[in-house]
Amino acid sequence: MSTLVIAEHDNSSLSVATLNAVSAAQALGADIDVLVAGAGCGAVGEAAAKIAGVGKVLVADNAAYEHQLAENTALLIAEVGAAYDNIVAPATTTGKNTMPRVAALLDVAQISDIIGVESADTFKRPIYAGNVIATVQSADAKKVITVRTTAFDAAPAEGGSASVEAVAAAHDAGVSAFVSEELAKSDRPELTAAPVVISGGRGMQNGDNFKLLDGIADKLGAAIGASRAAVDAGFVPNDMQVGQTGKIVAPDLYIAVGISGAIQHLAGMKDSKVIVAINKDEDAPIFQVADYGLVADLFDVLPELESKL
Amino acid sequence: MKVLVAVKRVVDYNVKVRAKADGSDVDLNNVKMAINPFCEIAVEEAVRLKEKGVATEVVVVSIGGKTCQEQIRTALALGADRGIQVEVEGNAEPLVVAKLLKGVVEKEEPQLVILGKQSIDGDNNQTGQMLGALTGMGQGTFASEVVVDGDKVNVTREIDGGLQTVALTLPAIVTTDLRLNEPRYASLPNIMKAKKKPLDVLTPADLGVEVKSHITLLKVEPPAERSAGIKVADVDQLVDKLKNEAKVI
Ligand SMILES: Cc1cc2nc3c(=O)[nH]c(=O)nc-3n(C[C@H](O)[C@H](O)[C@H](O)COP(=O)(O)OP(=O)(O)OC[C@H]3O[C@@H](n4cnc5c(N)ncnc54)[C@H](O)[C@@H]3O)c2cc1C
Ligand SMILES: Nc1ncnc2c1ncn2[C@@H]1O[C@H](COP(=O)(O)O)[C@@H](O)[C@H]1O
Repeated sequence: MSTLVIAEHDNSSLSVATLNAVSAAQALGADIDVLVAGAGCGAVGEAAAKIAGVGKVLVADNAAYEHQLAENTALLIAEVGAAYDNIVAPATTTGKNTMPRVAALLDVAQISDIIGVESADTFKRPIYAGNVIATVQSADAKKVITVRTTAFDAAPAEGGSASVEAVAAAHDAGVSAFVSEELAKSDRPELTAAPVVISGGRGMQNGDNFKLLDGIADKLGAAIGASRAAVDAGFVPNDMQVGQTGKIVAPDLYIAVGISGAIQHLAGMKDSKVIVAINKDEDAPIFQVADYGLVADLFDVLPELESKL
Repeated sequence: MKVLVAVKRVVDYNVKVRAKADGSDVDLNNVKMAINPFCEIAVEEAVRLKEKGVATEVVVVSIGGKTCQEQIRTALALGADRGIQVEVEGNAEPLVVAKLLKGVVEKEEPQLVILGKQSIDGDNNQTGQMLGALTGMGQGTFASEVVVDGDKVNVTREIDGGLQTVALTLPAIVTTDLRLNEPRYASLPNIMKAKKKPLDVLTPADLGVEVKSHITLLKVEPPAERSAGIKVADVDQLVDKLKNEAKVI
């Protein structure tokens, strides 16, 4: 049995999501290789070789893979993956974009967003916005899987000494091209990996008021998130959305400010260790999942909270 | 150009779904069903392309039992021109849906296929990408902007790090994200008109597809429930609890 883990990276550094995927792969009980597809991504290959538990790192370094265009990388992954029993990637937007395409090329199902491995062919995954957990069994010889990163501890980034091999396969499907990107720049920790997250909702009223969260985030080393309503209203960019159809977070501490607690929002944060809710409506559903609820006007308490931390 | 839109019948997003007592599946008895919200955004985008003169015809397709004709009619009331139901019992898996959609694509030859990014029941987020693999078309997933430009379409995508724009050769596939548009409400006259629009029914055999199951649902269970904690009186008590009780700061 063997498993191929697809590395998540930006051509220069390996993303921690890869480490979560490696630990899900370990639960499958097979030997683990890692595929790095990119352009000028040698350093990522070196980093992947140090992950504890990895046998071999395959590096496909080609201009066609520079922007992770799914049309190209799926052809590569399907070709390299043909030799493996399992192909595993983190359920990031890159993994979600690529892995179903890989699965269809191989004529197998894809199992999305697993949170548990019961056995080599049986997995747990949330459905209906996490209102229920399904246990599903795959009848396919080859399993193509995406992993909910918050459900698996990161494998140690150091300690391994895998061999690194180049993969020559060059696939350019010729139907898509990268035009541009606008990436959010922030000195804060990454939302999905931060130990503390403070999120604002419609109650914040506008984008400027999100500055009220900055000082608190600075003191706590927190990432800042948001509800869909705050993103839709243009207060903050899309990459901050936490929820069923946004990012899934499970920090040690999640602070929801001016967020009502719709099921779609809860789906993205209710596995946090400790939840704090600040809301002026004492009946807001968010209080049903909060360990500590403060019924108050956020504009009164945020400055006070910042000063008392 | 012709635009094909795939719409799925799902449980309404306001319903808090529960597992059946025997854990065999979720209990969908007497719950409100609706068009998947991301599919509604897909229909709206196609209709806007038609209103702009970019699209000439909007065809909607749904795969499911007879009841999914309700969601096709909803899409027709929102402005689509004609509907296709592919008759399949139960909830078809994304790979099967993608194969059936490929059959419809071969029949209809649309220049653009718009799907939702995710069905809110299975939370799969797979079908558009699979259709891409099966047809060889490019895919602009999680779209927040779609601009057709000659024989190409530029799609701005919501990705983890921010936004990415790709250019795809037509015919191409788009899957919608929440910010693509805000769907309109169907007016009563349009709901009436929709009843008269053509709706064809096809079988998987018509499309040369064998409906096969790759995944078995063994059980469903409720998630670990969180119990509500306590209400704190003020900021001082909150800070004290976080420091000394929860020990998270
Ligand atoms: C297909 C689909 C997908 C979705 N995906 C997501 C998702 O991924 N993530 C997500 O978050 N949502 C998602 N939603 C939306 C979700 O259903 C809710 O609409 C959304 O979460 C509400 O955001 P909110 O809590 O900020 O706003 P509201 O529900 O409007 O709540 C605002 C809260 O702020 C409080 N408030 C107002 N002023 C103050 C004040 N001065 N001080 C203190 N409190 C105040 C109010 O009491 C209220 O509880 C999705 C919906 C659909 C249909
Ligand atoms: N049974 C179906 N009939 C029509 N379209 C579907 C069906 N299932 C999925 N789709 C389309 O594929 C999208 C993504 O669904 P999924 O891959 O199941 O998350 C949906 O938003 C629809 O556009």
